[in-house]
Amino acid sequence: MGVWHGIWTLILLIVFLGIVAWAWSAKQKKRFDEAGRLPLDDDKTPSTAQRNRVENDDG
Amino acid sequence: MGVDESMSTENTYNYRVVSQFAIMTVVWGAVGMLVGVFIAAQMAWPQLNFDVSWLTFGRLRPLHTNAVIFAFGGSALFATSYYVVQRTCYVRLFSDKLAAFTFWGWQAIIVLAVVTLPLGVTTSKEYAELEWPIDVLIAVVWIAYAIVFFGTLIKRKIKHIYVANWFFGGFILTIAILHVVNSMAIPASFTKSYSMFAGVQDAMIQWWYGHNAVGFFLTAGFLGIMYYFIPKQANRPVYSYRLSVVHFWALVFTYIWAGPHHLHYTALPDWAQSLGMVFSIVLLAPSWGGMINGIMTLSGAWEKLRTDPILKFLIVSVSFYGMSTFEGPLMAIKTVNALSHYTDWTIGHVHSGALGWVGFVSMGALYYLIPRLFNREIYSLKLVEAHFWVATIGIVLYIVSMWIAGIMQGLMWRAVNPDGTLTYTFVESVQAMHPYYIIRFLGGAMFLAGMLMMAYNLYRTVVGAKPHEAAIPAAAH
Repeated sequence: MGVWHGIWTLILLIVFLGIVAWAWSAKQKKRFDEAGRLPLDDDKTPSTAQRNRVENDDG
Repeated sequence: MGVDESMSTENTYNYRVVSQFAIMTVVWGAVGMLVGVFIAAQMAWPQLNFDVSWLTFGRLRPLHTNAVIFAFGGSALFATSYYVVQRTCYVRLFSDKLAAFTFWGWQAIIVLAVVTLPLGVTTSKEYAELEWPIDVLIAVVWIAYAIVFFGTLIKRKIKHIYVANWFFGGFILTIAILHVVNSMAIPASFTKSYSMFAGVQDAMIQWWYGHNAVGFFLTAGFLGIMYYFIPKQANRPVYSYRLSVVHFWALVFTYIWAGPHHLHYTALPDWAQSLGMVFSIVLLAPSWGGMINGIMTLSGAWEKLRTDPILKFLIVSVSFYGMSTFEGPLMAIKTVNALSHYTDWTIGHVHSGALGWVGFVSMGALYYLIPRLFNREIYSLKLVEAHFWVATIGIVLYIVSMWIAGIMQGLMWRAVNPDGTLTYTFVESVQAMHPYYIIRFLGGAMFLAGMLMMAYNLYRTVVGAKPHEAAIPAAAH
């Protein structure tokens, strides 16, 4: 039992470190920057929101 | 835009249930804090129980905790999570009927608590005092809440699930598991049940529940509020979105293990106590990561703090979050706990989190939310500012008096004479508490006064208005 608990704990630790590496990977940067703006864009009228989307696609 | 039938349903947000919960947050906040101030007065002037069993401290204390945590805090979480999940998913709530059921069900549970707890109907499990029929109702309402929340997430128009929703979702899921496991009991009658667990297992289940009620109800849920309302009020995106992702998973991975620190030096096996202590110390990292993320959202726009009292509530709340999540790991260290446990230091710690963090972040969110729900300007920003200062001074009086009282209590209890006898009798330590109990009462009364100012301000803001059903803009992402 103890050995399995140890292995399970190790697996969880690796999963967590994997999440940290994933969150800080350069590939995710643009996506997360956009995600951070999500609540700020929720007041936008449909037309402004559309314009925003175009800008995002360019950048 | 015409107000035809289709406009009033799928193309608009459901603000009705949000405003119902938001208003009841203010009402139950005032009630719960009033009970708190009353029992604080009883500690200073014990004759205030008037020899009436219903008014004794032992019965009103669980009423106070249930009212402020589950009635005030719970309503705040329902209101904000329903608001945030709609606005960040660009869809109306999954089911209006089920959402209305969660509102009326939750209010019924609170009323049942207000009736049964003073009558002495209790399981005697801290923060889970309500008896089994009410527990069943809580489980049913909570499942409905989960269906409404996750149902809304499923039909979202935006691919990404905003981080606030992760915190709300984690809170809803974890509380469901905690509540069901900890409330498992054998009913002996309609008003009395006995826990399915016994002895130290019962204690461990209780504090696994109890500490995660703090970790997921009073922390994860309110972090959901922080991650939406601070960026909105500051009009800036969160400082680091990546940090918020790691913050979420780090909290989830560590909080669940911290419960044993409530059982230091008890029959709980030593290794479990040490495990609880270690994970409590580890918790400092995600807690402070989250605090930095919240506060630094204002980076480059600090001047807003000077002029915006709503932002003051939100940012100071996160500062209190940082303070109490530093104090918590400290108190979880066994040698510190040997001094602090069973003293008023614990009460001070809880209230720096409850008044400073949970209270202030909810108040900031309500000041933001309620005018928008009713499409009105806030009645008086000056009154918001006054509320902020009255409440802040109240919190400082409360926690400083409890620090002094608690440490003094702990030192008096452990003081021994050279011949091994105790230096002080217990009643001497009680007597020494008296001035601090009076200061605590004053601090609590000031916090309550602030809450009443808020109630008046928001009443003047919304009087005569109906919650408007805002149209859903087209998705931006």
